[in-house]
Amino acid sequence: MSNSLTILTFLPLLGALLVVLIPARKTVLLRAVGIVITLAALAFALGLAFQYDRAAGGLQYLEQRAWIPSLHIEYYLAADGLSLLLLVLAALVTPFALFALGDRSTKLGVGLILALETTLFGTFTALNFIHWFLYYELSLVPAFLLIRMGGSAKATAAATQFFIYTLFAGFAMLLGFLAIHQATGTFNLSELAGLAHKAKLGHALSAAFPGLPWINLLVFGGIFAGLAVKVPVVPFHTWLPDAYAEAPAPVSMLLTGLLSKMGVYGFLRLLIPLFPGLMQHLQLPLFGFALVTIIYSALAALGQKDLKRIVAYSSINHLGYCLLGLFAVTATLHGPVNDRAAAMNGVLLQIFNHGLTAAALFCFIGFIERRSGGLRGLNDFGGLRDAAPVLAGLMGIALFSSLGLPGLNGFAGEFLIFKGAFALAPLPSALAAIGLFVTAVFLLTLIERVFTGPLDAGWLTFPDLTVGERFTVAPAIALMFVLGICPQILIALFNQTVLHLLP
Amino acid sequence: MENIVIIAAVLVPLLPLLAAGLTAFLKREQRGLSASLVIGAQAIACAISFYLLLFAMVEDKGEPGIVRSFFNFSWLTFGHETLQLGLLLDPLSAGMAAMVSFVSLLIFIYSLGYMHEDRNFTRFFTFLGLFSGAMLGVVLSNSLLLTFVAWELVGLASYLLIGFWFHKPEAAAAAKKAFITTRVGDMGLLIGMFWLYKASGTLLFYDHGAGCLEQTALASMAKIGFCGMALSNVIALLIFCGAAGKSGQFPLHVWLPDAMEGPTPVSALIHAATMVAAGVYLVARVFPIFTATGPHSASLLAVAGIGAFTALFAALIAVAQVDIKRILAYSTVSQLGFMMLALGVGSVGAAMLHLLAHAFFKALLFLGAGSVIHGIHEEQDIRNMGGLWRKMPVTFMTYTVGMLALAGFPVLFSGFWSKDAILHAAHLWPVSQAPFYMAVAAAFLTAFYMTRQMAYVFFGDYRGNAAHPHESPDVMTIPLVLLAAAALLMSLPATPAWPWYEEFLAGKTPALELAALWEPGFLHIATTSLAIVFFGIGLGWLVYGRRALGDVDPLQAAAAPLYRALANRLYVDELYHATLVRPLRGVGYVMAWVDRQILAGIVRAVAWVSFLVSAISNGMDRFLINFGFDSSCDALREYGGGIASCEGGRVQGYLRVLCIGIVALLALVGWLLA
Repeated sequence: MSNSLTILTFLPLLGALLVVLIPARKTVLLRAVGIVITLAALAFALGLAFQYDRAAGGLQYLEQRAWIPSLHIEYYLAADGLSLLLLVLAALVTPFALFALGDRSTKLGVGLILALETTLFGTFTALNFIHWFLYYELSLVPAFLLIRMGGSAKATAAATQFFIYTLFAGFAMLLGFLAIHQATGTFNLSELAGLAHKAKLGHALSAAFPGLPWINLLVFGGIFAGLAVKVPVVPFHTWLPDAYAEAPAPVSMLLTGLLSKMGVYGFLRLLIPLFPGLMQHLQLPLFGFALVTIIYSALAALGQKDLKRIVAYSSINHLGYCLLGLFAVTATLHGPVNDRAAAMNGVLLQIFNHGLTAAALFCFIGFIERRSGGLRGLNDFGGLRDAAPVLAGLMGIALFSSLGLPGLNGFAGEFLIFKGAFALAPLPSALAAIGLFVTAVFLLTLIERVFTGPLDAGWLTFPDLTVGERFTVAPAIALMFVLGICPQILIALFNQTVLHLLP
Repeated sequence: MENIVIIAAVLVPLLPLLAAGLTAFLKREQRGLSASLVIGAQAIACAISFYLLLFAMVEDKGEPGIVRSFFNFSWLTFGHETLQLGLLLDPLSAGMAAMVSFVSLLIFIYSLGYMHEDRNFTRFFTFLGLFSGAMLGVVLSNSLLLTFVAWELVGLASYLLIGFWFHKPEAAAAAKKAFITTRVGDMGLLIGMFWLYKASGTLLFYDHGAGCLEQTALASMAKIGFCGMALSNVIALLIFCGAAGKSGQFPLHVWLPDAMEGPTPVSALIHAATMVAAGVYLVARVFPIFTATGPHSASLLAVAGIGAFTALFAALIAVAQVDIKRILAYSTVSQLGFMMLALGVGSVGAAMLHLLAHAFFKALLFLGAGSVIHGIHEEQDIRNMGGLWRKMPVTFMTYTVGMLALAGFPVLFSGFWSKDAILHAAHLWPVSQAPFYMAVAAAFLTAFYMTRQMAYVFFGDYRGNAAHPHESPDVMTIPLVLLAAAALLMSLPATPAWPWYEEFLAGKTPALELAALWEPGFLHIATTSLAIVFFGIGLGWLVYGRRALGDVDPLQAAAAPLYRALANRLYVDELYHATLVRPLRGVGYVMAWVDRQILAGIVRAVAWVSFLVSAISNGMDRFLINFGFDSSCDALREYGGGIASCEGGRVQGYLRVLCIGIVALLALVGWLLA
């Protein structure tokens, strides 16, 4: 039994403790520690991804120890292609955010970001529900405090809203799992998936709660609500634009790049394996949720005047495609395996690519905010490309990546999702294409208003990216090209896992 | 495909792309390096394209029919499936690649002069390289997916180049409009692509019998029905949506005239010669899907109808435009309509012939227009020109060649033969003669508006404000001369006597057959088109050539309302603005409002309700439930205080009580014993 996942998970926490010991005024040292630790975690995560036996797939790096046996709570960790994908993403975006934080690093900020990374690593590897839930909910604490670092009263309100909303949703999920535990006597997600596979889970639930004929739906609804808030699924999304807009940009990078992925991960790890039959049954409302999420958020983005809110709604839209792919897979349990694998592979690609691209976009908006003294309205600028051509060019690449331009990373995921989803569920997929169109409209409007036109007189001395800032975004931009041209790098990591995961 | 040919075919799109990638890292000052990298790469790509054309021409046939060499490679593996991309060399792609790389090269060289003073010269060549690489990718692709990828990159290059002078709000708006309008069509193409993938299990065009354009796939697609149509036709129509967007077909033509906000070399290369023809090329490429249910399939009917309508509609609008480039832009839309019409009536040969001929003479016209604009200091309004033939002889001569080719002037000019081929094909179409008559009318209008333009620009007296109109430098005029030569030479492989190009496309060995020129079918059409052209040029000269032109167009004086409607592009833009653009934006605002006020409002309401509930329960606790408890507590405390005072800690007190107690106890014991 290896300990690699435990070591990886607690490495950032160790860093956070180290940060606690360093005096607050030594900001350079604090930042250096944060960056070194997160880069070490990245190297570690990459190492695990490379060593992972792709041909075999399935769960590897297993760690299973008794924890609270009387409650069936174990310390149970393992990673498959899906976990590794998200571990690498988390390990990648965290140092990216630390670099973006730059000279505004504080003891509290660096420490909290490191602590957040631990909760993320934990969420993506824990396979006992209680163990998993602990990390899932604990992540709210550093996130809450980080959003509050935005400073304004609005930021505090947004942080509180975020915390209460997601905590409440978490309780709904917890109740669902307590009911499942009552019925089956286990919190082990692999065992539960095994039961569901043999169609025993539903019967067990019905048997355990004879007075409640709707128990399956109720439990499903609780878990769905818990995850839907996190993803988020419209209409459970209202905490998101406020949180993303009011948090400091590097924090928004973490929120959109990583925290929103916990929701989709939950769908893949918790909901779909446990309730495949029910989800097939409920395909109409589920497609409804996906389509509303995709189209509504795209249209809402079109109506925003704040750059951060535009990207926030665009994030909801992008995760909507993940939902479309997932629901297409669950709607067709006996459909052609290649189409289902295509959609599922697409979902995983989309998770990673969206994390990368949206984080980069928030990073760029952070750069703009620093130069404009906090202004970030759609109409506050004009012609910036003249004053800051490098910023305009690189952010343009990130925007076109978000738009799904072939050759950049965004395309491959969306292509595979639509390839699979269209074969499985043509009508919802064709309708979802409206979202692709509207995305182009609001992203090009953003470019038009901010970067083109005559240079606004107020911004004549708008400085271009510094060398440090260029190095901050260069790896992300390079990855957009690499993953756009050769998405097989990622698919090879999880294709086998996807075949295992298909319900 | 042989190895050397594979390498050659890969290099053709890759070299310009690599050059673009390298120049993206150059600084603004490294102008020479940027231009030489891109032009050098393009020159090599052009040479290789001609090598490929030669290869396609002399390739050992072995058997009759079209020889196709392709090279497929895997891009993705998901599930148990491998998705392949590939490159394809056949007469269609070889001819197109040679044209694209050649015209691109000439226009790149011309840009050296035209863009000489531009601040972002370095970046301009980066974008040109990106365009050329992507366009050659569209041409040489053997997979609809690769075509789509390159197609979108071409769209990006077009977006970047239309908006190249981004400080002009009109240019930025035009760039956005172009991208979004073509994306409407691309959504159709995208869905068509997924449907094709689903129906045929592959996106490769040719793959030893397993490709989506090959018999097995076509036969199965023709059999399945969808809403009363064969699936092949549904897919074909969806693909045509993309083609119509890119090739400016009605109703998606609105972006193309606005695209003239880009620098003139861009208008010439992208928005006249090559990219806008990509739609025509795409339809020609996937033509087997269109004809899967026969030569008069529903999808082809739509193509013919839209093509003929666009040809006539755009030609009408061109009559009343005053911007030299917009006239040419509407003429491009109209000519693309001709090509679509040819495809619709089943003649890929005529369509592609017209595409190639048009590429040369329209690039020539645009570069000529650029030379004029350059020579009179960025003036584009033809009412402010005039008499330029004296000042700009080379431009004038070459422009005349282009104009006559576009008008379809007989015999010497390539446009005559290609347009004739289209008219001929339309005439032979058994379904309806309407497209033929629409095309004839459009051909007449073409001759008319080009004569009008010539009269305004080159003849009469100079009416401009800029002093000293001058001829352009050699670096700009030499490409003009070369393109003029090409516009003339393209006649050679295009005549019915030696229909080299069409035979080459069809995989036949071309033969010289002079008798074909006297065939009654051909003669009939040729004389008709001859009459139209002379009538158009004659009428144009009558109206515009014989009088001094002022600000008021003679046509405007004669029929003001009609002229106004045409000058306003028949109000299509206004219609879209009112019915699509503003409603979409409005819906966006409504959604944003709903989000903030209603959905977030519900959350706020929940929060307020919880606050309210907690306030109420707080009150209940304090004043209702706790009331009795609190008061008994208070009473208890009071009495307790009294009792506690007994235990004040003073020993005397305790002793006193103790004494009293003992006395009392003794008294009690005594009383009991007694």
